[in-house]
Amino acid sequence: MTLQSLLIYKGIMVLAVFAITLLVATYSTYAERKIAAFLQDRIGPDRAGPFGILQPLADAVKMFMKEEMIPSVSNKALFILGPSIAMLTACLTGVVIPWGKSLWIGGTEYPLQITDLNIGILYLFGVISLGVYGIMIGGWASNNKYSLLGGIRASSQMISYEVAMGLSIIALVMTTGSLSLREIAAQQSGWHWNVVYQPLGCLIFIICAFAETNRAPFDLPECETELVGGYHTEYSSMKLGFFLFAEYINMFISSAVISTFYFGGYNMPFIGRWVHDPNWLAVLGIVFLFVKISFFIFFFMWVRWTLPRFRYDQLMNLGWKILIPLSILNIVITGFVMYFTGSLN
Amino acid sequence: MTTYLFYFLSFLAIMFALMVVLSKNPIHSVLYLVLTFFAIAGHYVLLNAQFLAAVHIIVYAGAIMVLFLFVIMLLNLNKETEPHKSLWLKGMAAVASGSLLVVLVGSLKNAGQMQAAAPYNGSIGLIENLGQTLFHEFLLPFEVASILLLGAMVGAVMLGKKSIK
Repeated sequence: MTLQSLLIYKGIMVLAVFAITLLVATYSTYAERKIAAFLQDRIGPDRAGPFGILQPLADAVKMFMKEEMIPSVSNKALFILGPSIAMLTACLTGVVIPWGKSLWIGGTEYPLQITDLNIGILYLFGVISLGVYGIMIGGWASNNKYSLLGGIRASSQMISYEVAMGLSIIALVMTTGSLSLREIAAQQSGWHWNVVYQPLGCLIFIICAFAETNRAPFDLPECETELVGGYHTEYSSMKLGFFLFAEYINMFISSAVISTFYFGGYNMPFIGRWVHDPNWLAVLGIVFLFVKISFFIFFFMWVRWTLPRFRYDQLMNLGWKILIPLSILNIVITGFVMYFTGSLN
Repeated sequence: MTTYLFYFLSFLAIMFALMVVLSKNPIHSVLYLVLTFFAIAGHYVLLNAQFLAAVHIIVYAGAIMVLFLFVIMLLNLNKETEPHKSLWLKGMAAVASGSLLVVLVGSLKNAGQMQAAAPYNGSIGLIENLGQTLFHEFLLPFEVASILLLGAMVGAVMLGKKSIK
């Protein structure tokens, strides 16, 4: 591949991933309202377009048109920086996710992944750990006690659950022997999904993903009954929209990461029997991945409208006294099983 | 190309490091320090030490600086509550750090060109080679360091406890 075609291909990939991320996040807001309505025996938004399908557009127009308020006592630069960082870190994670197998066009391989870092998991983890800055800076710069408390709650929650998340990933890295997401996805062909080998790690990872995205039952940072709106109390217009939107992007990326790590990524059992053309397999892989992602987005919403919110001490107890010891135990068990089954080289 | 990148990253690192010292607001200092860490992580990537770069970001920018920010936000430092140091103390601090600067410049002046003991291996920073080296050649120091960290952690938990039964 020449440099020119490489640049064009990478450019198309970046644009496509960016556009799909934004599109899925936009329609997640619609799906959330519809699912909430379904679970509460209501109809949900149905005015804009057929079945309310244009509701996200109407919401976006509303967000852009609203008056923008910056509190006069706040730190203006940091007040704007907060939602920008939240949005930036949310968009950065899609880079290392393998969206499908490679396409072969004219004898050249085009992997359906923006870049395959050999430290992919560490990159993901680094970006996730930076996500907390947006909320903290936004909460502090608002110069409001509720915002500050919300920001501090968010940061302590995210730091606590990052530890358990990292430890559960270590067990996954032990069994896969790779830090590259492409490699991990490729290993799970057929029924060799990692959830079979790492059920406990998978459970811990999903719980931590809920906590990292600040979704219910871990949405204490924006707990209405105690903190008004939490860290985004003072935000209005599209800056508020950025905070809310970043949460939906994070949810989409978390679903993609859970699918790739534990549920086979773009693989589907038995598909190799009927489809042999590599290009069709690649396209079908994208479809399977998005089916899995849609299921996990639905799961996120299902949980949100089913479970009540934790109390703060319960949250900390769950993180530090249950999940971290469990994930360490998981590492030890994985080590023993690998030693006795002789899969250590 | 890499030389220009090196100079650019060095410029950024030094500028942000200066801003850490010069900004009045402690929150701004912390945020500039985070940017300094990013510039240094860029240097690691230039050296092909990707693992070090990623861990640098995760540990320093992602965890330690968040805790710094956390504490500073809770303390809510501002002009009114800022402790005022006496002029005498400030003068002494300037003299002390000035003499340290003289020592550093003096030692740098005499420093000669170092010769690498072994031929430079460009892929030593990759995670596989790093793991092999750490867990074979330097296993004992690695484990001792981890026990040291564990001891510090247990000590911190003990100190943090309100009452010891």
